[in-house]
Amino acid sequence: MGRYIIRRLIQAIPVLLGSTLLIFATVFALPGDPIAALAGEKRQDPKVVEVLRDQYHLNDPFFAQYWHYISGVFRGDFGRTYAGVEVSELMAAKFQVTINLAMTALVMEAIIGVGLGLWAALRRGRATDSAILASTLILISVPVLVTGFVLQLLLGVQLKLVTGIDFFPVAGVFDGWRSYLLPGFVLAGTSIAYLTRLTRTSLVETLRADYVRTAIAKGMSRRRVIGRHALRNALIPLVTYLGADLGTLMGGAVITETIFNIQGIGQELFRSVYERQQPVVVGIVTLLVLVYILANLVVDLLYAVLDPRIRYE
Amino acid sequence: MSDIRPVGPAHPETEQDAPADAQVTAVGVPEAPPLQERPEQPDAVPVKPKGRRDKPASLWSDAWYDLRRRPLFLGASVLIAVLLVMAIFPQLFTSIDPYDAKTCVLANARQDISAAHWFGTDNQGCDVYARTIYGARNSIVVGVSTTVVTALVGGLLGLIAGFRSGATDTLLSRTTEIFFAIPPILGALLILAMFRTGNVWTVMLALAVLAWPMTFRIMRAAVITAKNQDYVMAARALGAGPWRIMFRHILPNSIAPVIVVATINLGSFIAAEAALSFLGVGIRSPDISWGLMIAEARDRFLEAWEPLLFPAFMLSLTVLAFIMLGDAVRDALDPKLR
Repeated sequence: MGRYIIRRLIQAIPVLLGSTLLIFATVFALPGDPIAALAGEKRQDPKVVEVLRDQYHLNDPFFAQYWHYISGVFRGDFGRTYAGVEVSELMAAKFQVTINLAMTALVMEAIIGVGLGLWAALRRGRATDSAILASTLILISVPVLVTGFVLQLLLGVQLKLVTGIDFFPVAGVFDGWRSYLLPGFVLAGTSIAYLTRLTRTSLVETLRADYVRTAIAKGMSRRRVIGRHALRNALIPLVTYLGADLGTLMGGAVITETIFNIQGIGQELFRSVYERQQPVVVGIVTLLVLVYILANLVVDLLYAVLDPRIRYE
Repeated sequence: MSDIRPVGPAHPETEQDAPADAQVTAVGVPEAPPLQERPEQPDAVPVKPKGRRDKPASLWSDAWYDLRRRPLFLGASVLIAVLLVMAIFPQLFTSIDPYDAKTCVLANARQDISAAHWFGTDNQGCDVYARTIYGARNSIVVGVSTTVVTALVGGLLGLIAGFRSGATDTLLSRTTEIFFAIPPILGALLILAMFRTGNVWTVMLALAVLAWPMTFRIMRAAVITAKNQDYVMAARALGAGPWRIMFRHILPNSIAPVIVVATINLGSFIAAEAALSFLGVGIRSPDISWGLMIAEARDRFLEAWEPLLFPAFMLSLTVLAFIMLGDAVRDALDPKLR
């Protein structure tokens, strides 16, 4: 088990290096000069510019700059922004917000998706099943851009006007966990639909299995057959999907963050791209790649818990 | 020697190959009538299309037979046909040309729905209905071109990687792993920031760069399955060269999953285009895009919802049409993917 984890982490190193190199090169190729951007319209003292360029290693060749950056990252040093702020401090605050948002979305996805999928699978071929399948089709098709604004208008504004109570705050994160409810649902939308379909398919398959028939024949209660025998065996694809989705949700949160004015990593990255803040852009993407790699590793380890036949040497 | 055709490509058009087709189908891509549609005969033999009773059905003719009877497919086709006409001849739907600045009158800004302006007017006093109709073209061009490019690039590289295996395969597969780890929207945002302008082609390029690994992976897996089948060995034994085996035997039998994924992705590319244009890095004004219209309308959303919700509705409808088509094609071509 321990050796397996170490092997997986070693295998992840080329992916991490490759993706950071790719992003680093992209930011390197962005038009504009970050040091010139610091002064805006004012004229800069060439000596100051020279010192700053030297300080941020901007005069070095590309690979020297990359090496300087990535060796810092492996020591836990993400560098400083051109305004002198520690990138790790900046990112910590922004990541907290996006993690809250993505976790809210993930929990909603798991509850609603598995719930609806279970319901559809048990009512397979009937009207409920068809209705759930049709609604997943709609949920997949309506982009976040649309659900975001429509729900903001209906639940955030109209519901407040009608009832006088602010159930779902529509902007910022200043109302505690409640501010994440609506954006979390919007972010989870498509994933809920996919998870519903996946749960349904997976359960329909296990419900047909011999061991389920045996369990029913032994006279077990329906609840126990479904919960212990069918659902547990149907869980593996669902866990895979949920694990892979954490990275997708965090990386895809930028639209939701923009609609609901949530200052997370998506918005920060967007701003940093335009300010050409290389350390911030590369730092955010590096952390997202790490989330993706670790989430996939955790998923693979969970397999062994869910299915005792799977062992890692 | 290579002209002997014991096993033809699984393609309905090559009539003389039909008996061999059935064999290819049986061992190639899994094919069975979807269980859900015919519950009374779970192990049903493939249904033969009418008028071809003497010939066994190939994967493609069977899929086509299946598709024609699906309400999902018919609905999607009608919707897509209308959208294509809208993209090619927008003037059929509206007499106003939104690219002509004279049609926007600032004094008419944010008007409600009326006989003159079916969907009201936006912040600049432009007709929302005309702009929504004209927006179809860019969405569909981005969706279709990105799909074609990713299918070609990913499919070709996947074919090579799966067929050659060894170092080529390792190199290509490791490269795709890197691309998989990068969050797509953020990656596209970065790529688009490199260009000083934004139009359908830059958006297409950014999306294609990040999306080809998915097609690659699917094609590679399908090729590896097909490569070890008996008919490939037979072709090799008969002296067929690597190119012939690759394009005449393996490709036709491993392309179905790629077509399925390409169709399903088309809808997501359209949604991604809208998202990037909304963020201001995709298609830019004065060009018209639904995402851009949503971005322009959002500041006055509470006063005037028409300029935001009508393009949003058309965007959802378009994505829905392509997702429905993708679902139907998947069910017909590969029931196991469900």
